[in-house]
Amino acid sequence: MDVIYTIWLRNVKRYIRSKSRIVGSLGMPVFFLIFLGFGLNSVVTIPGASENYTEFLVPGIVAMSVLFTSIFAGIQIIWDKQFGFLKETLVAPVSRFEIMLGQTFGGATTAIIQGGIILVLSLFIGLSFPGLTGSLIAAGFMILIGIAFTALGIAIASRMEDMNGFQLIMSFLVFPLFGLSGAMFPISSLPPLFKTLTLFDPLTYGVEGVRYGLTGASQIDPVISLAVLFSFSVVMIMLGGYLFKAVKV
Amino acid sequence: MKAVKVENLTKKFGEFTAVDNISFDIEEGEIFGLLGPNGAGKTTTISMLATMAKATAGKAVINGYDMKTSQDGVRKSIGIVFQDQSLDEELTARENMDFHGRLYRIPKEVREERIEELLRLVGLFERKDDLVKTFSGGMRRRLEIARGLLHRPKVLFLDEPTLGLDPQTRNYLWEYIEKLNQDFKISVIITTHYMEEADRLCDRIGIIDKGKIVAMDTPENLKDRIGGDIITVKSPDYREKIKDCGFFWIDRTEFFDGFFTITLSGAEEHLTEIISALIGQGIKITSVSMHKPTLEDVFLHYTGRSIRDEEAGAKDRMRMMHMVRRH
Repeated sequence: MDVIYTIWLRNVKRYIRSKSRIVGSLGMPVFFLIFLGFGLNSVVTIPGASENYTEFLVPGIVAMSVLFTSIFAGIQIIWDKQFGFLKETLVAPVSRFEIMLGQTFGGATTAIIQGGIILVLSLFIGLSFPGLTGSLIAAGFMILIGIAFTALGIAIASRMEDMNGFQLIMSFLVFPLFGLSGAMFPISSLPPLFKTLTLFDPLTYGVEGVRYGLTGASQIDPVISLAVLFSFSVVMIMLGGYLFKAVKV
Repeated sequence: MKAVKVENLTKKFGEFTAVDNISFDIEEGEIFGLLGPNGAGKTTTISMLATMAKATAGKAVINGYDMKTSQDGVRKSIGIVFQDQSLDEELTARENMDFHGRLYRIPKEVREERIEELLRLVGLFERKDDLVKTFSGGMRRRLEIARGLLHRPKVLFLDEPTLGLDPQTRNYLWEYIEKLNQDFKISVIITTHYMEEADRLCDRIGIIDKGKIVAMDTPENLKDRIGGDIITVKSPDYREKIKDCGFFWIDRTEFFDGFFTITLSGAEEHLTEIISALIGQGIKITSVSMHKPTLEDVFLHYTGRSIRDEEAGAKDRMRMMHMVRRH
């Protein structure tokens, strides 16, 4: 437990110190919210829902923000590899799984803070306060998204030599995960093939869960969302733990 | 009990043998040096002893713990300063120390007390709350050494500790390592390709070349084995002419490309005689120099190459190792 906390603490300290990173990674989701939210609010109506488009979009953007931050936080262990710090951790008498868990929780924490900031900002552009229970449900799903995708980031980073492949991952993994997740459009109105694809995207269940928390409505039963996302998180931690074990420095 | 006991340690990367069947012991409180050019297998040896790389064959016992069966025992017993920096630059000196202390599960009070003591010892206490990225190379090295000592290891590994440091800082670090060795009664294993460093610091030296230990002894004994002072004569065309001239020193001569060395005791007295004889044979002399034997000569004697020549070739070998490792 001490070890997990130690590594968590380091990640959080580094995050809080990198002001430019915090502001930088807030930029994109905020712009998404403003441009898409205000731009499409008057022309788009969600079929069969009482909420307007901005309210529909906010949970998606919150989930996106958590997704991007957590994947990036996971992949950051490549920097540790390149700058040598990973050696210091790996040569200590601790198990690699503990190190990996510490990294995962650290990354997830930063991702949740990022998502939380977006959430608070959303209150100013039209999201009505969801109440305590709703907020806690949303937070729970954000935590799971954060853990699952930080672990995925670590799994990927364990097999990467340097940051060269980063763009590849952004373009062909992270963006499709986001695009297919129903963050920006309701999945019930999609053509069948496309809909099936979205149901294979784990982030869909995250977005739907956060949406249920924030707006009280979702297209997938929140219990199913919770079950799927939780299982996915466990699998990702196993995968990340397994691949991280084989890391050579 | 020996601090470190290494038997027939071998590491292969594919076809390439980086460490070839080496054996050595380190006594408690001893400073042992692995001296050799870059790419000779020093870092690979250290990596295996520190449980960071798996040995292909062989055995090592550190502080009574077998490298293979009690990895955590070994890890608790050693402190290590890697060749490449391994600090977190975004954290302060104190935070780097604290991170280490927590990883090694040192209780809070003890941890804080030792961090202060060690930071004072390496002269970084005043800078404890500054981010490491503002530190110079020498300060970073000192911090890494302090960190490596935090959990009171029995054996300290220093992999090229003064690489890339200016001579003044290097001198300072040497004094520092000697002091640590005396104050903490800690065994030190140091790898280096600086002859002077090995000579100055080490109680015993293993000369390592192409993965093999070619000689092992105290620096004094190694130099004594050379048997006298060394005269180095540079000459472009000596080979043909020197063969059957019957000089008394000819069997004390080693021949190399473009130069040869003569090892004689009381070399000063024979110098004029030797030079006249060479000129008499019509051998062109570019330069003549004479010196007391150094570890450089020892290396030359055992490997037939100068350690400086090795530096260039080693780069290719490292590149090759890197490629092999990727596959």
